[in-house]
Amino acid sequence: MSEEIKVSKNRLHGLWALTNRDLKKWYQNPIVFIIGIIQPVLWLALLGKAMNISSIFSSGSLPAMPQELAATFTAQQLQGLSAYFGGLQTQIMTATFNTPDYFSFMAMGMVAFVTVFTTAFVGISVVFDRRLGFMNKVLSTPVSRSVIILSKVVSASMRSVFQAAIVTIIAYLLGLQLGANFTPFSILGIFAIVFLIGFGLSSMFTAITLRTTRMETPQAIFNLVTLPLMFASSAYFPIDKMPDWLQAIANVNPISYTIDAVRRLMIFSDGYGPLVTDFAFVGIFALVVTAICIVLSWRYLNK
Amino acid sequence: MSQIEDVIKVEGLTKVFNHSLVAVDHINFSVKHGEIFGFLGPNGAGKTTTISMLITVLKPTGGTATVLGNDIAKQSLEVRRSIGVVPQEYTADEDLTGYENILLCADLYGIPRSVSKKRTLELLQLVELTAFKDKRVQTYSGGMRRRLELACGLINRPAVLFLDEPTLGLDVQTRAATWNYVKMLKREFGMTLFLTTHYLEEADALCDRIAIIDHGKIVVIGTPTELKDGLGGDIIKLAIQKEVDITDLISKIEHVKEVKKENDIYIIKSANGEVTAPLIIEALRANGNVVTKLSLTKPTLDEVYLMYTGKSMRDAEESRENVSRQRVAMRRARQ
Repeated sequence: MSEEIKVSKNRLHGLWALTNRDLKKWYQNPIVFIIGIIQPVLWLALLGKAMNISSIFSSGSLPAMPQELAATFTAQQLQGLSAYFGGLQTQIMTATFNTPDYFSFMAMGMVAFVTVFTTAFVGISVVFDRRLGFMNKVLSTPVSRSVIILSKVVSASMRSVFQAAIVTIIAYLLGLQLGANFTPFSILGIFAIVFLIGFGLSSMFTAITLRTTRMETPQAIFNLVTLPLMFASSAYFPIDKMPDWLQAIANVNPISYTIDAVRRLMIFSDGYGPLVTDFAFVGIFALVVTAICIVLSWRYLNK
Repeated sequence: MSQIEDVIKVEGLTKVFNHSLVAVDHINFSVKHGEIFGFLGPNGAGKTTTISMLITVLKPTGGTATVLGNDIAKQSLEVRRSIGVVPQEYTADEDLTGYENILLCADLYGIPRSVSKKRTLELLQLVELTAFKDKRVQTYSGGMRRRLELACGLINRPAVLFLDEPTLGLDVQTRAATWNYVKMLKREFGMTLFLTTHYLEEADALCDRIAIIDHGKIVVIGTPTELKDGLGGDIIKLAIQKEVDITDLISKIEHVKEVKKENDIYIIKSANGEVTAPLIIEALRANGNVVTKLSLTKPTLDEVYLMYTGKSMRDAEESRENVSRQRVAMRRARQ
């Protein structure tokens, strides 16, 4: 019964088949797919618009000048003061957030942040594959152990890029203010940095859940990790205004670098300089974590 | 294909979990080309552990084994390429269709799409799932899933197929159908099959040779007939009308090995009960005796099992608490 055929001996064979399997489970399931889109809409529309920080600094929120004080100024001086305070809003906002619009600041933070949500589900999918026996079947085929892990990581990274694109489109529709740095190529830059961080984060979540068969573990880890990742980063607030200890954490948080790259490409106006650091940091993070994850997979998938 | 006499060769294979739980204890056996070899034993005896080591999913802690001449520890990739595996659980992806599942298996073996698409359709035909090929596996019945697993295990046209408890939890009809598929694979493709089971009927009906495994050790290996013959043959019990001793008369009849009298019942061991029984009736009638009761019992594997392990298979199964405790321990250790 053996007709001779050329069987692929490529070390990476099966990668696309397994990746595509994970992607299919996602895009063929309309509920998961739609919820995945609705979630960032809610974050942006509710939180993004509710935290209207720029209004705090508008001249409208200043108390009116007392009569006695106003009387000491000439009409010309008053006009000058009024112009000064009127312009303060933009100045404070730009000095703090590097853009006059807080919604744009936060929306671009969300682009990076949906990646955390998307990649965290990798852990659950690894546990599911173990529990349902699928992992055992794959292990008995000639697919390399690293490919099994990489397929999870690649599919999660691709989903992250898709989610990032959705968030960007929604943010634009809700009034994103593009900066002078923006060019059509910025979109490609966003995809690149999101793919990198997605790679690193999903490797991290996979590595953590490689050994477990319990559903509670990835969920608990997800809850434990997401909050610090989110708040010890520049997602909601600029790092240089944080207390020193928090700055120390935020400065090594790869999410901060991702967010900075996304903002620089889309809404900042002061040049591309730090982009190199951003990409280097996130790229090295992805490389190191993926390498660790692959080494662990040799150890733990070969029992 | 170069013929290898011993398709599977196992020497001193051992697996110890967590430095204390000995699941498989220095087992030796070999499986010849084209035979159906069965591992029979109660739950927790070490069957799945053995199969997991042979399919290179689990690393042995001692001993060696080769599959088609390839060492399971040193040449695991070659082993995985040349074998097919039908695991105990349903491993197909429920969200994909039957067709997509088999195609996915083909991709995992690195079979080019030009070949695998054709092969997938052939296999779906073979396991009679063509009509359901575009339905999600979610909608499949237990028997259909089993057949799908079988098709997946055959996608790389393996020379050896490993089946772990192929009929676990199936109804009688589906079980019989599965047996037919297994027999067909041997008949049509000359495939070598290694299977584990804790059903005596299954081992008896399917296997050319059986190894009985208990507490991680192989207690006996042989063909079902050899094992049963080892018990001393068929047993005929009879009673007669007159109160005379007929022991000598019966002893002279063909195939009779032993005659015992307990109360009024004669217990006769015969190498061939079907031939002996009519001869006894005839001889007694010629002697003016009338047989009032007669029964013929063929030895079953259950008796074989009882003889070699000191407990009946059913008893072994009954201490469920023990079994399940051990299973949980093994499962934890395995993962």
